[in-house]
Amino acid sequence: MRFLPTDEQRAFTRSLDAMLTAADTPAVARAWAAGEPAAGRALWARLGAAGVFALAAPEAYGGAGPLPVELAHAFVESGRHAVPGPLVETVAATALLAELAALGEPAPAKRLLPGLVSGETVATLAMAEVSPYALDPDAAGPVLAVDGEELRLAPGHEEIRVSADPVRRPARPAPGGELLAAGPAVAAAARHAQDWALLATAAQSLGVGLALLDRTVAYAKQRSQFGTVIGAFQAVKHRLADTLIGLEFARPLLFGAALTFESGDLAAAKAAAGEAAYAAAGTALQIHGAIGYTEELDLSLWLRKARPLRDAWGTPSWCRARVLAARGQGGV
Amino acid sequence: MDLTPDAETEEFRAEARAWLRAHVPAEPLPSLETEEGFAAHRAWEAELAADRWSVVSWPEEYGGRGADLFRWLAFEEEYYAAGAPGRVSQNGISLLAPTLFAHATEEQRARVLPAMATGATIWAQAWSEPGAGSDLAALTSRAVRTDGGWLLTGQKTWSSRAAFADRAFGIFRTDPAPAAEGRPHRGLTCLMFDLRAPGVTVRPVGRLDGKPAFAELFLDEVFVPDEDVIGEPGQGWRIAMSTTGDERGLTLRSPGRFLAAADRLVRLWRERADEGDTALRDRVADAVIGARAYQLFTAAGAARLAAGGSTGAESSLNKVFWSTYDIALHETALDLLGPDGERADTAWAEGHVFALAGPIYAGTNEIQRDIIAERLLGLPKGRR
Repeated sequence: MRFLPTDEQRAFTRSLDAMLTAADTPAVARAWAAGEPAAGRALWARLGAAGVFALAAPEAYGGAGPLPVELAHAFVESGRHAVPGPLVETVAATALLAELAALGEPAPAKRLLPGLVSGETVATLAMAEVSPYALDPDAAGPVLAVDGEELRLAPGHEEIRVSADPVRRPARPAPGGELLAAGPAVAAAARHAQDWALLATAAQSLGVGLALLDRTVAYAKQRSQFGTVIGAFQAVKHRLADTLIGLEFARPLLFGAALTFESGDLAAAKAAAGEAAYAAAGTALQIHGAIGYTEELDLSLWLRKARPLRDAWGTPSWCRARVLAARGQGGV
Repeated sequence: MDLTPDAETEEFRAEARAWLRAHVPAEPLPSLETEEGFAAHRAWEAELAADRWSVVSWPEEYGGRGADLFRWLAFEEEYYAAGAPGRVSQNGISLLAPTLFAHATEEQRARVLPAMATGATIWAQAWSEPGAGSDLAALTSRAVRTDGGWLLTGQKTWSSRAAFADRAFGIFRTDPAPAAEGRPHRGLTCLMFDLRAPGVTVRPVGRLDGKPAFAELFLDEVFVPDEDVIGEPGQGWRIAMSTTGDERGLTLRSPGRFLAAADRLVRLWRERADEGDTALRDRVADAVIGARAYQLFTAAGAARLAAGGSTGAESSLNKVFWSTYDIALHETALDLLGPDGERADTAWAEGHVFALAGPIYAGTNEIQRDIIAERLLGLPKGRR
């Protein structure tokens, strides 16, 4: 048992971190929010070239996976750098198509997976019950829609809704479109896709929380009041310490879930990482004070993401019910 | 990155499980914070030791099995899952023994450890004083040089288990000069003494539920022979603190304890809960999530240690987490008990009272948060 990242996993994380640092992701995210996805699409292609979208796909379709641990590492970085776009949805779509193929419906995978895996195609995905809005459909190619036992290629999308995080651009898929697959295999594949979405979202949440904490600690070390940096005050220190505790105990849940891929572990990781990142946002806002309450400070890119991610693909309450359900009867 | 235990660990786990199934008392023992319960728990330590299950991580020569951290974690999971009694020797095993392994002489280890392993000697800690709690280095109890040893004079307090224990370990001021010059961490010496020696007065103190879980110690020229000094005189602070950052930080509270408690809580919830009460359901789920988080956090820490790393100030993350978690878990249980939540004679109530002390002892959670902020986040030292 060696519950630590391998050297390869560390190197992968470092290389993504370096790439995303150099890409000036805050500017990319702001452009994306303004409806100018060109820089985001270019960054997407580079993430594809780095192999990020191959991690949820089997080798038969050009993938390198399934490699959920590597995916979790990559998505922590995407959260730390506030990378815009339907990353989670593309991974979930990849898992959905791959699982559908494994269950005897290979046609949609043959058609769509190679583009998704290479990073050439940006896909988005809506699921009627758990995630009815497709994220960023105006910047995506295929808009996939699952409703019960039907998987459709939607003919576009309805009006883009304004999100609390303007970098997220959700819209319902347009009704109708091409029926790609139907039957119990679709529902089963959708459940599997949601598991990947839970993992990827949990990882993004953790990354968002870590970024919020880093920026807030840096601010507390340079902001002076009463003749001393505010980071020397216990009220500030203790809140930051609690934020670190929340994140550092969500981290092993995330990687544990990536390893076991068990229903209860995935839900636990999603609930804990989502809550820890959201708590980190509260701390970040309070310790930055008024400057943290502004749109112009880049901190807002992470501040506003924490809550939507906490609720995406499985609200905290849904996740907690699932944690108990995974231990036998009694949950939902 | 993996979570797959090796075959030896699983064999070890199976052996522990079989032994525990055959030996764990069917009825819970009386509270270990009572005279009768203390004796019963001491007898249980002897039963564990007879088959070398009392200190599995120690070398075989002192009564252990040389188990590595992974096997220790597996043992603890089995131990608490089996509903085995609390460990009356906990203070000696998790606080004194690591110090002895790191700093004591061969002779001291051979003399002290086997009797600790069997429960023949049960140890209390003697650190805090009326004027030295969180600011432990402000302690004033003295050890004065005498022929062949030292004479202890002063007052220690909050000495867990001391009401019924045999011996105690603690730190004493042997050289007052550094403290007078503003260096209170110097001039301290780590030593062991007999709680029944002439000059020792033990006054048991009732904790919140009235049980004498700790005591005040009044020391009046208590003779301690040189052979009971641990390490170099004057190095007591460094010696007492040296093991907090490694295994001790990881092993003070084992994940097995909380995994078993969370299991019991889920059973209680299934028996008692109103299905429509989702607020309570969420708290039960949080107890399950927290136990799993603690188990995995510890697995990562053990892996880091096994790879030659250290845990350092991360043990402060650990301490705040489990002590806060333990209270939340027990409060949830008391809420599930409804009108029976008030009763003091349930295992949940005893566990709740025990948990309430968690954020206070072993370095208050406020001190731990300072450590986290300063050593892990790099924030400047400020006034406490």
